[in-house]
Amino acid sequence: MQILLNGERFVTEARSLDELCAALGFADAKVATAVNGSFVAAAARGQTQLTEADEVEIVAPRQGG
Amino acid sequence: MLDLYSTRFSSRMLLGTAGYASPDMLRQAVEASGAEIVTVSLRRESARVRTGQGFWALIEQLGRRVLPNTADCRTAKEAIATAQMARELFGTNWIKLEVIANDDTLQPELFSLVEAATELCAEGFDVLPYTTEDLSAAERLVSAGCQVLMPWGSPIGSARGLANKSALQTLRAYFPDTPLIIDAGIGVPSHAAEAMEMGYDAVLLNTAVAKAGDPVKMAKGFAKAIQAGRLAYEAGIVEPRDMASPSTPVVGTPFFKIDHA
Repeated sequence: MQILLNGERFVTEARSLDELCAALGFADAKVATAVNGSFVAAAARGQTQLTEADEVEIVAPRQGG
Repeated sequence: MLDLYSTRFSSRMLLGTAGYASPDMLRQAVEASGAEIVTVSLRRESARVRTGQGFWALIEQLGRRVLPNTADCRTAKEAIATAQMARELFGTNWIKLEVIANDDTLQPELFSLVEAATELCAEGFDVLPYTTEDLSAAERLVSAGCQVLMPWGSPIGSARGLANKSALQTLRAYFPDTPLIIDAGIGVPSHAAEAMEMGYDAVLLNTAVAKAGDPVKMAKGFAKAIQAGRLAYEAGIVEPRDMASPSTPVVGTPFFKIDHA
C-alpha cells in the first residue's frame, strides 16, 4: 500500500497507524500523529486503520519562536 | 509577578529556542535570560535522523515551562490539529496560536485565528494568540476565551521594534486587566524596554538573541531592559512636555537681580 508519509510517497505493509509507527522505530519515541489532517491520539493509533493514499503526519519536538 | 492562566512567573521575558548556533548556545542563552517560559514547535520527524528526540532531551534539561507554537499554519484546521498534537507531545494545555496570512509579512490571519482560538478554548486549551494590534480581533479573541493576548511589535524576525506604538497603547488602555505580551519584531533591548514602559506585561523574542554576535550577552541585556522598563512603568513615568522646565530650584539663584530699570 502506498501512503503519503510526512509529505512523501511511502510504501508500507502496516495496516494500522500503530504498526506504521513501530515499523519506523517510533514505538517509544516522542512523536505525535495525524491522519488526513486530523490529530490521532497515541492511544487511538492501534484502532486507526490505514488505507491507500492516506496522508500521515508524524511529528516531534523542535526549536521554535 | 506575571500571571498567565493562573500561573505566576517572576521573569517577564519569554524566549524562543530557534536559530542558535548550537544546542549549548541555546542552553546558555536561556540561563542568561532568566526566562521561565521557552517557546518550541513541532515538525515532521525523520525515522532515520530522529532530530526531535535529541531536542526533547535538551528541553527537558532546561527545566523551563514550554509554550508550543503552531508556527506556519495557514488555516484554522491546520492550527487546531497542530495544537492537539502539541498538547499530547509536550503535555501542556498551553498553545501559542499562530495562523499565518502570507509569506512576506508573516502577519496573523485574524479571521482564522479567531476561529481556531474559539475551538481550542472550547477544548480546554489555554490559548496565547499571536495577533496584531487590531482592537476588534482582540475583542473577539477575549470573547472566545483567550486570557492572554500577544500582539506583534513588527513582523517576525524583522527587528524593527514597535511599528505602531499608538495602536499598542490603545490596546493596553482597552484591556487593562488582560495580560498583554509583545510577540515578534523586537530587535534591541530598548524596543523591549519601550514595550514594558508602555505597561505591557511581558515580551517574547527569539531572533534578536539567537542571531546576536554573542547570544548570551544579548540575553542578559534583554533581561535587564525588560526589568528596567517594568520598574519604570510601576514607578510612574513623567509626562513629556514641549518646553524646558528647570530641574534645579530657581529661587535663590546667585547673582540674580531684578531689573528695576
